Amino acid sequence: MLATRWEPWSELNRLSREMDRLFGRSGSVATGVSTFPAMNVWGDNDNLYAEAELPGFSLDDLEIYVIANQLTLKGERRPPEHDGGTWHRQERGYGKFSRTIELPGDIDAERVSAEFKNGVLRVTLPKSEAVKPRRIDVKAN
Amino acid sequence: MSTTMTTTNQNVSHDTERSKDTNGTAQRATYQPRFDIWEGDDELVLYGDLPGVDSDNLDVNFENRQLTIHGQVSHCHDEEGYLFSEYGVGDFQRTFTIGEAINGEAISAELHNGVLTLRLPKSEHAKPRRIEVQVR
Repeated sequence: MLATRWEPWSELNRLSREMDRLFGRSGSVATGVSTFPAMNVWGDNDNLYAEAELPGFSLDDLEIYVIANQLTLKGERRPPEHDGGTWHRQERGYGKFSRTIELPGDIDAERVSAEFKNGVLRVTLPKSEAVKPRRIDVKAN
Repeated sequence: MSTTMTTTNQNVSHDTERSKDTNGTAQRATYQPRFDIWEGDDELVLYGDLPGVDSDNLDVNFENRQLTIHGQVSHCHDEEGYLFSEYGVGDFQRTFTIGEAINGEAISAELHNGVLTLRLPKSEHAKPRRIEVQVR
């Protein structure tokens, strides 16, 4: 998970964010507060789509792995560097993260694609042929 | 802790507050983005996480010591049928009150990969100044 540098004044902000995350922004899936990044996943007949907000990352900093029905995201964000001066607020997190989620069906790992735009990652995960809904032709003799 | 920066929450009283769109039709959530704020001798630098906002939909306003950042998230997909729904998508808004004297003309903003970097140069008279001691 991302570690935020110790900054006592941001603790209250952080607490309120965690509360919002638990009671406000979180949806149907209950997750621990240490889970990063938060993800939205939905699907259609052919694909599953996974989206995560990763501002300040670039596709080069991100690793995406798909094994059977597991999607793993890894990445690192580095803090801005300044010599001297004073930090008045440090609310954004930095460091390495790794998260694995389990998807409801197997994925065709060969055809997975990812798009990263304005700090939002979208991974398109084609369902493997075996789990796609299949129409059975009925032959009349 | 310096009091240079104060967050003003009069516009967004809560992260998850629902607010009307500008045209008053669609209901969408407004979230308070996270910010890092650094102060050096010559400038204040703000870093904000605004994932999903592009520069056309970003509005930064500095008036009367109030710095307001508003970002509209253009992309909004159907929220039906989520398998995982761990975060909400909506607009971002935050207001800071800046205590330091800022040269408003020279503020610069840059948006890259969902991170906003705002540079607020201090006015000349607010900069620390080295006083020359003259030897007679």
